[in-house]
Amino acid sequence: MSAVSQPLARRRAGPRWSLWAPAALLALLVVIALAAPWLAPYSPTQQNLLARLKPPGFVSRGVTYWLGSDELGRDLLSRLIHGARISLLVAFSSVILSGLVGTTLGMMAGYLRGPVETVVMRVVDIFLSVPAILLAIITVAVLGPGLINVIVVLALTRWPRYARVAYGQTLGVSNMPYVRLAAFMGARAPRILWRHVLPNIIGAMTVVATLEFGLMVLFEAGLSFLGLGVQPPTASWGAMLSTGRNYLATAWWIATFPGLCLFVLVLAVNLIGDDLRDRFDPRAS
Amino acid sequence: MAGFLARRLAQALVTIFGVATLIFFLQRLTGDPTYLLVPETATPADIDAMRRSLGFDRPLVVQYASFLADLLRFDLGRSVIQNAPVTTIIASRVPYTLALAAGALLVACGIGIPVGIAMALWRDSVFAKALSGLVLAAQSLPTFWSGILLILVFAVTLGWLPPSATGGISHLVLPSVALGLLSMATFARITRTALLDELSRDYVRTARARGVLPGRLLGRHLARNAAIPVITVAALEISNLLAGAVIVETVFAWPGLGQVTVQSILARDFLVVQGVVLLGAFVTVALNLAADILYSVVDPRIRLTGARA
Repeated sequence: MSAVSQPLARRRAGPRWSLWAPAALLALLVVIALAAPWLAPYSPTQQNLLARLKPPGFVSRGVTYWLGSDELGRDLLSRLIHGARISLLVAFSSVILSGLVGTTLGMMAGYLRGPVETVVMRVVDIFLSVPAILLAIITVAVLGPGLINVIVVLALTRWPRYARVAYGQTLGVSNMPYVRLAAFMGARAPRILWRHVLPNIIGAMTVVATLEFGLMVLFEAGLSFLGLGVQPPTASWGAMLSTGRNYLATAWWIATFPGLCLFVLVLAVNLIGDDLRDRFDPRAS
Repeated sequence: MAGFLARRLAQALVTIFGVATLIFFLQRLTGDPTYLLVPETATPADIDAMRRSLGFDRPLVVQYASFLADLLRFDLGRSVIQNAPVTTIIASRVPYTLALAAGALLVACGIGIPVGIAMALWRDSVFAKALSGLVLAAQSLPTFWSGILLILVFAVTLGWLPPSATGGISHLVLPSVALGLLSMATFARITRTALLDELSRDYVRTARARGVLPGRLLGRHLARNAAIPVITVAALEISNLLAGAVIVETVFAWPGLGQVTVQSILARDFLVVQGVVLLGAFVTVALNLAADILYSVVDPRIRLTGARA
């Protein structure tokens, strides 16, 4: 009955489909993104004003628009394939940046305590008390839109999430006898954090990073949807959705397919995150 | 209780002060904030005049002090583009966003809490697995996509509900559902976790052994204890809903805070954006404070002073 009394060991043997199925899906999307120039049937920016807003399956002068065309006659399928690059690139980069900064600061706060702890954790509190989307929006408003700026903004606004988790985990680990012994034997803080603390908290940090990854995909798409993200003509799923919104009554496919891609990607990542969370932290499920 | 309140209030004020500081320095990330406030067509002379009239040529410390002083007087500045005080612009939009957030909260709690209870009571059943799959799917839905799908199905195809803009209560349905589905997942999860935690306690076993009926057990014993985490999450979710409204309002052309924020960014009307963000942070801090106080009323153990007022 009680979650605590459950054995921590694997509940069942055999392949864990709840992890492998979404992981395979994510891997597939990564491959599609990497191979986009070779996979996409046409150029994502090639316009054809004679084939504007055509439905899926439309054929014009030897060109087949499998998923239809957009308001400038660009092939939607090709744009979707290229759009995967933006989503994944932004999510990977911002998660790595904010994860590195947040984990480092959180570990320092949790291990060094004292003034470092006070300053870092107060700043974390302040960042976390501004709703994340609003913080991202105001930062974009200052820095201006664009691919690099979106990555910077997301990293800048999301590091406190990692810092808070890393801090809590480090507090627990710092009192372990082996950490105290290492300190007693003269190991310096960087070495202790790197060799003894990090390996113990990396599991929890991976869970946070995975869940954040899904959120970052949504944030990038949201910013691009609002016109604050990646700028045209670069294909971004969020920006494509925003265009499609204007043609809902006449061309449903423009908004529907990019949204479906986003949904599948985020769902796959969240399924992985959920599974990892069950694994590293049985109580939090 | 008084000590607890005072301590918590002081903490909230420090955080608000911190947020104001954060925003002040954020504006200066690219150097001169004047550029955030002038149209792209402004001449260097215009920019100079603007810089002087806004006081951006003064030392940073002086600017910071006057920024804080203005905030204390609830003066968020004046929008150059709309030629109106920022507070007036924001105040005119607040009712719309509140209505939307309330509708979304109703959807989120109305679906999320029963789903969470079902997932806890029938845990490990196929039914609960299916529900948790649905919850995860709802959590992965981009609100701008679910909003667009709702418009496609219920407005464009079926013609049951209006696609966008304002009017009667029927205009509020689709945006509320789009916004509420995301929070629904949060409510379902937290309700499930809270209920499972309580179900594992000794008093539940005792009550069951005494033959207390499940309905009574849930209503009288579990609901009160499991409500605590749900209340906190509700407070946090309200601020998430307000933030999520930025995107949903754009999808549905709903004239709330979100719409004015996006319009202001595109029109380079930075003070309005800043005002909305400050308001968002203030509301978040206030809701957190409220949740903590409510918490301590529901569960006296939380009052660290241990004494009743």
